[in-house]
Amino acid sequence: MRPFAAYDPGDFFDELIEPGGKPRPGAQLLVDKIESLPEGDLALRQKAAEALLLKMGITFNVYGSDEGTEKILPFDIIPRIVSGSDWQQIETGLRQRTFALNEFLQDIYNDQKILKDQVVPEDLIFTSRTYRKECEGFTPPRKIWCHVTGTDLVRDRDGRFYVLEDNLRCPSGVSYVLENRQVLKRTFPQVFEASRVRPVDDYPTKLLEMLEYLAPAHLQSPTIAVLTPGIYNSAYFEHSFLSQQMGVELVEGQDLVVDDGFVHMLTTKGLKRVDVLYRRIDDDFIDPEVFRSDSLLGVRGLIHVYKAGRLALANAPGTGIADDKVIYAYVPAIIRYYTGEDPILPNVPTYICRNDADRAYVLEHLDRLVVKAANESGGYGMLVGPHATAAERAAFAEKIVVEPRNYMAQPTLSLSRVPTLVGDRLEGRHVDLRPYVLFGRDIYVQPGGLTRVALTKGSLVVNSSQGGGSKDTWVL
Amino acid sequence: MLSRVANSIYWMCRYIERAENVARFISVNLNLLLDMPSEKGKHWVPLVMITGDQLLFEKSYPDFAQEKVIRFLTFDRDYPNSILTCLAAARENGRSIREIISSEMWEHLNHFYLELADPKSAVLALEEPHRFFKIIQMRSHLFTGLMDCTMSHGEAWNFARIGMMIERADKTSRILDVKYFMLLPEADLVNTPIDNIQWTAVLKSASAFEMFRKQHHHITPRHVADFLIFDAQFPRSIRHCVSKAQVCLQRITGASPGSSQNMAEKLVGRLKADLEYTDIDDVIQHGMHQYMDALQTRLNLVDAAIGSTFFSLKPLSEACAAEQ
Repeated sequence: MRPFAAYDPGDFFDELIEPGGKPRPGAQLLVDKIESLPEGDLALRQKAAEALLLKMGITFNVYGSDEGTEKILPFDIIPRIVSGSDWQQIETGLRQRTFALNEFLQDIYNDQKILKDQVVPEDLIFTSRTYRKECEGFTPPRKIWCHVTGTDLVRDRDGRFYVLEDNLRCPSGVSYVLENRQVLKRTFPQVFEASRVRPVDDYPTKLLEMLEYLAPAHLQSPTIAVLTPGIYNSAYFEHSFLSQQMGVELVEGQDLVVDDGFVHMLTTKGLKRVDVLYRRIDDDFIDPEVFRSDSLLGVRGLIHVYKAGRLALANAPGTGIADDKVIYAYVPAIIRYYTGEDPILPNVPTYICRNDADRAYVLEHLDRLVVKAANESGGYGMLVGPHATAAERAAFAEKIVVEPRNYMAQPTLSLSRVPTLVGDRLEGRHVDLRPYVLFGRDIYVQPGGLTRVALTKGSLVVNSSQGGGSKDTWVL
Repeated sequence: MLSRVANSIYWMCRYIERAENVARFISVNLNLLLDMPSEKGKHWVPLVMITGDQLLFEKSYPDFAQEKVIRFLTFDRDYPNSILTCLAAARENGRSIREIISSEMWEHLNHFYLELADPKSAVLALEEPHRFFKIIQMRSHLFTGLMDCTMSHGEAWNFARIGMMIERADKTSRILDVKYFMLLPEADLVNTPIDNIQWTAVLKSASAFEMFRKQHHHITPRHVADFLIFDAQFPRSIRHCVSKAQVCLQRITGASPGSSQNMAEKLVGRLKADLEYTDIDDVIQHGMHQYMDALQTRLNLVDAAIGSTFFSLKPLSEACAAEQ
């Protein structure tokens, strides 16, 4: 049986197959290999890959089960392939966007020129739940706010990439990029080698260099640590993986203490000063003295040390204002304002519910739109109009009317698809792409990124909490 | 290194060593049963006694049948010292420090636990117990070997070794205590073949039979106890374990032999000296059970001292506040 002979790319942009059934140029080797496999072999390779992920312990806990059931993030062995020229555009586009958003953060918390020039409405900023008054007047080390960014891109039927959302707080998933690659190298070694896929493995090194760059210049060997909420966090594997790959300590809030104006780790040999924290705890929980006082995860007094310049944090507190989903609509204007250039990567057209005309349109066309709340993530607080019931739409309409500031809407895109193994045959499934960007001495875009796939037939929601899985991403 | 990490690696190794010892006890008992006149049930009582958790067993199980004891000691998730519970705890500890241990260690430990937690394991344990418990022991050895060969012998490794050595010393003392208590009161059995088989089993529980033979040739209770407590070279003798733990402790603190810097070092140093300058006749005179009991208490104190010296550090300002 030849899986691709029976494959139908359908009326979508398919990442591997051209309309008419011919493989795209970069996918030929992979398709040939898969076609040459004996019957059933592809399913066996899929099983082997899953077993490998389980053995490596790349799992998340499933709650409410006595036996401590653990699951791997669903993984599909058919990779997504991105051509060199497509990547070139993504990479320069993301550099431009990250640079502009960082300028925006520095401006918003200091001079607020962009508000005075009325490019972004002032009330939008001060009504955002992620605006941090505590950061006003502050400039972080090296003037960098968003050190690690994960930008969600989608490709529409027209074949163009669009930015769907920015994640500037604690974007996760990069460990899956690295581990998926390890697994796929073992799954299709010859194809991998012959396709000349660009490596993703130097991400931890780049991350470490970025973190070192944030430490005070006079320190010969700064102490860097990764701050995690602990083993029950669903991204714990990633925290541990990154600290292991960088060779730095992985600390929890309980391992840190503020003493004598510095943050220290509690070690077997006494207190040890920490200079840079890659924190994977949200702003809200990082310091009970400044933010949520009921947080048990954070470190009391940490923000004080940070603002005194005795500790660097990545990402800086306050970056959430730049990934507010309503502010998102203004990012093209933000890019023009700070760079004088047109955006290289377009936004998805967006209706802002606080604008009367937009809101009227949204309320009338809920059955065709995707509506999102400004500050939710993980696929929550979201309405996919065409797939929702009339009752769900009515409930959402009410929320929009009550709190228009908090909502925006976009046309339902026809996300591109990638052939995905279903049983022993291939079917198209919708995907997005989250590349990771590091902002240190310069801006680095990891060549690849996390391709998330909606495993349910026809579904457009790729979040792992909602039945999504992942694929390896090959940049040629 | 982080205090929390040191604590986790210490306990990870203690739990693995504990699991291995339970598997070894069961293995030896299974072998013993093949050589003994069938006295159903009776031979599984001492196994539960070694663990010191007899009351817990009796609460949930009506009798000491082989199947029940094996289930209790191996798979009972409500029993904190069953092999499965120990491995789950070792793995949780390992997970929280997986950036400290090598990937090989983590993957092996993860696999070890997942296989044991699989329902098929319970079937195998009852159908082919000899093979099953051998596998458990070998997996534990493999873990120890991986730790030796894939992880730097730095501070973390030394904490791991201390955990392993303290646990091992404790388990050897328990085997000896229970068997001595069980076997010696029956004075008329002292020189019968059955007695010989029993004492051979004691040695085998500690994987000590062959090494004992090279040292002492004839199996007498006195020799067996001497070997398991005082032999300087056998890796499961109490003296050897304590002395290795001391070496690791000195590597951690950087102390030279003879200069103790903290409570943990002092207690280990004293225990080691006592083991060096006591002999088996002193023990027999003192009473084997009393001696073992005291030894176990001292091992617990060492454990507590390691905890308070290295794992539960408080910042100076807070510690001062607490003292006022």
